[in-house]
Amino acid sequence: MAAVTSVGETPAPAAASRPRGMHAGRRRRLNAFRYVVFTVFGLFFLLPLLAMVRFSFEGAKLGTWSGAAWKQIASYQGEGVPPLLSSIEITLELAVITSVVMLVLLVPTMIWVRLRVQWLARTMEFLSLLPLTIPAIVLVVGLGPIYNRIQHYSLSALMLFWIYVVLALPYAYRALAAGLGAIDVTTLSEAARSLGASWFTVMVRVIAPNMRQAILNALLLTFALVLGEFTIAFLLLYNNLQVELYSISRNTPNAGVVFSTSSAALAFAFILLLILSYAGRRRRGRG
Amino acid sequence: MSAAATTQTGARPARAGRRPSVPSWVGTVPFLAYVAVFLLWPTGIVVVDSFKNPAGGWAFANITRLGDPLVRGYFIGSFKLCVLSSLFGAVLGAILAYAIASGDPDGPMRRLYLAVSGVLAQFGGVTLAFAFLVLIGPVGLLFHAGWFYSFPWGITVIYTYFQIPLMVLVFLPAIDGVKIQWREASENLGASAWQYWRYVGGPLLMPAFLGGLLLLFANALSAFATIVAWENQIAYIVPQQISTAMTSEVGLSNVNVADLLALGMVIMVAIVMTGYALLQRRAARWLR
Repeated sequence: MAAVTSVGETPAPAAASRPRGMHAGRRRRLNAFRYVVFTVFGLFFLLPLLAMVRFSFEGAKLGTWSGAAWKQIASYQGEGVPPLLSSIEITLELAVITSVVMLVLLVPTMIWVRLRVQWLARTMEFLSLLPLTIPAIVLVVGLGPIYNRIQHYSLSALMLFWIYVVLALPYAYRALAAGLGAIDVTTLSEAARSLGASWFTVMVRVIAPNMRQAILNALLLTFALVLGEFTIAFLLLYNNLQVELYSISRNTPNAGVVFSTSSAALAFAFILLLILSYAGRRRRGRG
Repeated sequence: MSAAATTQTGARPARAGRRPSVPSWVGTVPFLAYVAVFLLWPTGIVVVDSFKNPAGGWAFANITRLGDPLVRGYFIGSFKLCVLSSLFGAVLGAILAYAIASGDPDGPMRRLYLAVSGVLAQFGGVTLAFAFLVLIGPVGLLFHAGWFYSFPWGITVIYTYFQIPLMVLVFLPAIDGVKIQWREASENLGASAWQYWRYVGGPLLMPAFLGGLLLLFANALSAFATIVAWENQIAYIVPQQISTAMTSEVGLSNVNVADLLALGMVIMVAIVMTGYALLQRRAARWLR
């Protein structure tokens, strides 16, 4: 079964494109070319990350090793900024709230559109993918008046979740649409309905469990997106993890704690996204 | 269709009888309302406000300020950065995609690079600028590049880091769609490798390549966090200037400047994405 990329959903005719019948000489040259390419790109992708991790272990003197910057993550308090730990907490809470709201908003609506309001399907797809084409920096300009109103009720940075749901919408939508497309929603729901299930039961206990993998993908993508968000929080003057890192690095250039926290956040996001891409492939491999 | 089916089963005649009073599209109202408030409304505000003066009156002459030399400078800066980073990203990404596609479709290299590309295409922002800072910046562990803080070259290298993986993701399906039979056919007819790429492979892949290029362009256009973390004193590109206009305390007059710049970006993205959609449709012809 051919491996399929996460973007192009076309089943690749890879078996045919496999250069089996090549001349041995060209095959060798091609292999040499491939490994040179893999090595060069591998280094380009790897070196900045390694440099950051190495720098986070830098001791007081250049070239020495020390874990001090990593211990500081829990206690760091920069000048004129909230404690680092509090911004980590806020960001994680935001990620959880955003993921939950996104699921509650998107999953029932998508199932409902698929079952009962087919004529809205195109509109929904268009609206869900629209945030991809409206840059966050544009959105934030128009959000000013809206967030002014929200701030009458709450000043908490957690209020960022309202807009983060919109940012995550395209990614979550594509993940969920792939999952929904793989199951026969109509038959499942007709079977459940004819056995007397309510619409709530159909969605929560029949269809949702069948698209568990897609829901997990949507959750992971949303989580990773919130962890890395900077633009909107920065311009609406909220403090999340990325904004905090930025402020610390401006006040104290080359502060070790910036690099240790960045490395930790990055490692966390990488693990989430790698789980996603490997889990997704296993599912496709079986099908 | 499913409505008819459920009514026929007669499981709940009472509810079935009541249903017509509430049309089924009502179920989508929460979603539509949410999107209207947090996506369509802000975009509308940007468009409307860019034609208003700070006092609230209409000022359609605002649009001429997009031609103002200072404003034009930021758009030229954005354009330079986007063209350079998307060109490098597209060419290098296409090479990497070719190397991936020419191997075993279930091989470890392909799985690894696809997984990594999926991750790195999302990776940008403040952290990426930090990573390059410690690699080749003033405290560089690898070396200290004198051009690190020069625009557009220093920042182009950083942008290329997330552009290449994105190109791999969008271009790989196109390369996978090229059939080995086409190569064999052209070889049987006596074509050299150069002729194959010039007359067969190249033209086949060109729409997909150009489409990828445009997607990368839009991607670079909207990036903001990376360049702010790289250089926060001087504004080179439109997003930086929007940020300055929004946060500076000079007064209300600047708010409409931010709106106007944002409108300019929306127009640019709309043009680019339309081109992308057209090219994708053209490219899809060969991918069946």
